[in-house]
Amino acid sequence: MKRRSFLKGTIASSILGVAAGAGLLTPQSVLAAWPKAAFEAKTIDDGIQAALGASDVTESGDINIKAPDIAENGAVVPVTISTGMSGVESIAIFIEKNPVPLASSYDLGPNTEGFISCRVKMGKTSDLIAVVKSEGKLYSAKKMIKVTIGGCGG
Amino acid sequence: MAKKKIRIRAKMKGEVTEVKALMSHPMETGLRKNKKTGEKIPAHFIQDITCEHKGARVLVAHWGVAISKNPYLAFKFTGAAKGDTIKVSWNDNKGESASAEAKIG
Repeated sequence: MKRRSFLKGTIASSILGVAAGAGLLTPQSVLAAWPKAAFEAKTIDDGIQAALGASDVTESGDINIKAPDIAENGAVVPVTISTGMSGVESIAIFIEKNPVPLASSYDLGPNTEGFISCRVKMGKTSDLIAVVKSEGKLYSAKKMIKVTIGGCGG
Repeated sequence: MAKKKIRIRAKMKGEVTEVKALMSHPMETGLRKNKKTGEKIPAHFIQDITCEHKGARVLVAHWGVAISKNPYLAFKFTGAAKGDTIKVSWNDNKGESASAEAKIG
């Protein structure tokens, strides 16, 4: 079994190598590569460190999380994060009790406002934590969301 | 797959442009099992989304499997004018991609 998965891994990486060689992966898209480590981190602290490059997080009252108190369906939980801070560089959304806490991270352009809205899956009742990176510093806010039917699994 | 993969609506309110995008994607977590065979359904999800205005990136998003099926994304930015184009594109973990453009109204 080990040998088989090893072989699979080699084939996959060689395909990727060919794709990169053929110029299918432009340097730009490599720069903005998907942060694999951040999406494999099992704890929030590791996830924050991997996604945003720091772990010094200050709680802030200037981050507004708009989400339901009770989510009837954990597969679709609408979340809106907004902040009045200036110079917001990134916003990340973590869900504490999910198998992988990091749900998504966003890199904002210079003209982009501190506002993100999306829909996430939640396995069970958990804190949702929004981390905002502004002028090199990290700020966070959290909100408890009760889930009656989980969204991660069958 | 004749269905449109991305639907975008961009509207200006004063200085601010609000962009809403709805994508059509299964967003499989890799944790779900096929009820008949008991086999795991492999993960299939969007990893990167890039939103561009006049060639400049206004937003780059990295998503994990915790984003819901048929994802929705909204964001706001300044510095656009009516009639400008906004482009949204995504790549998933299987190497598939899609992109769409819309005019700001």
